[in-house]
Amino acid sequence: MTSTWAVEAANLGRAFDEAWAIRDLDLRIPAGQRVLLLGPNGSGKTTLLRLLATLLRPTSGSLRLCGFDPLRQGNEVRGRIGLMAHRPLLYESLTAEENLGFYSRMYEVPSPQARSTALLRLVGLEDRAHLRVRALSRGQQQRLALARALLHDPPLLLLDEPDTGLDEEGLAVLGRVLSEEGRTVVMATHQAERGLAWADRVLVLRGGRLSEDRLLRPESAMSRSGAVASEATP
Amino acid sequence: MTTMALRAGKQTWALVAKDLLVEWRSKEVFSAMVLYVAVVLVIYNFAFEFRRDTVAVLAPGVLWSAVIFAGLLGLGRTFAAEQDQGTLDALLLCPVDRGLIFVGKLLASLLFMLLVQAITVPVFVTLFDVRLSLPALVPLVVLGSLGFAVLGTLFAAMATHTRAREMLLPLLLLPLVVPVVIAGVRGTQVLISGEGSLAVWLNLLAGFDLIFLGVVYALFEYVLEG
Repeated sequence: MTSTWAVEAANLGRAFDEAWAIRDLDLRIPAGQRVLLLGPNGSGKTTLLRLLATLLRPTSGSLRLCGFDPLRQGNEVRGRIGLMAHRPLLYESLTAEENLGFYSRMYEVPSPQARSTALLRLVGLEDRAHLRVRALSRGQQQRLALARALLHDPPLLLLDEPDTGLDEEGLAVLGRVLSEEGRTVVMATHQAERGLAWADRVLVLRGGRLSEDRLLRPESAMSRSGAVASEATP
Repeated sequence: MTTMALRAGKQTWALVAKDLLVEWRSKEVFSAMVLYVAVVLVIYNFAFEFRRDTVAVLAPGVLWSAVIFAGLLGLGRTFAAEQDQGTLDALLLCPVDRGLIFVGKLLASLLFMLLVQAITVPVFVTLFDVRLSLPALVPLVVLGSLGFAVLGTLFAAMATHTRAREMLLPLLLLPLVVPVVIAGVRGTQVLISGEGSLAVWLNLLAGFDLIFLGVVYALFEYVLEG
């Protein structure tokens, strides 16, 4: 099932102990669009990404991801999402290869060995494959985290400050991944300058609400997805 | 249906194998459990004066308190270790039913408990000089550990999201596993004394396990998701 919209949120809200982290969010992201998520600390960027990753249930409103309802079709949604967070989400006592092997089995990746090898090469860790994660540097762990997020070739990639701890080589790898055509990417970062270089669209959150929604390259998003450009508010 | 079951089996085994490998590398939980059991058995052995006529009454309580509290040590780390490394999020991102995550964690915890008991029981028999049929003890220990691990896995997952998880787990778990402890102790007494029916206690444990397996499997999705 291919959907025109990677993300469709209507009146989306999430509260923690009666404090709203995300409130009244209406958002549609066409498939293939690259979205930069900006906002000060506490503006709700991470909460929004966790909602999109199905790690949080919405308190209010509705959400569809890649055409599926995450509450009723969780596995269909999760199989189409890759998340790279602040933390690498890796088992420290397992090797890089074992981590990718485990997640390959969980995602039922075809030819897991070949896929793991290809991704380790992509992120420049092929010579570190047999090292335990705790023996890798922070930057290398983040690169491995990127490989984990890409393992099942997800059409929707969510990145929560992925550049934290990445060295120049890691940033170059991230840049190559982000410039790949066809994948919807939502990235939250404080490095606005770097993000603006590849983004098709910028969303700014303040106090859990969408304060700005600007299309930077409407034609590129449309040509990638074949969808109409989303309604951008000035 | 068969394909789905095969897929579920492979994913569950991947979870169990991963937990076993992580524990094999760190030996964090297993060594703590074995050490705890050894210390408890030795202390009780010196503290009480076991005689032929009192051993059947007292020794089963010693065995099961060692088993239960060592199990608590293991269960406490089941999800806490995942939470500390952030890998719980990665597990929840996987396109697998939450019930499978429960079954995987349950089987891994149960295996740890049974491995610890494989060491505990011979030490217990030697130290307390009890005579019992070891093959008859196996179903009692397996069913008792299963009941304990089922509820323990549920509450360990619930406690993960709280700050006082080390305190919360025993507070939630121990009152509910009283039937398991009673059945385990009374069943072991039957085996040592040779008086009474073991089947009654085995049936009680089997019933407990079946009911809570179903309930926890159904509830687990709501426990894990934020």
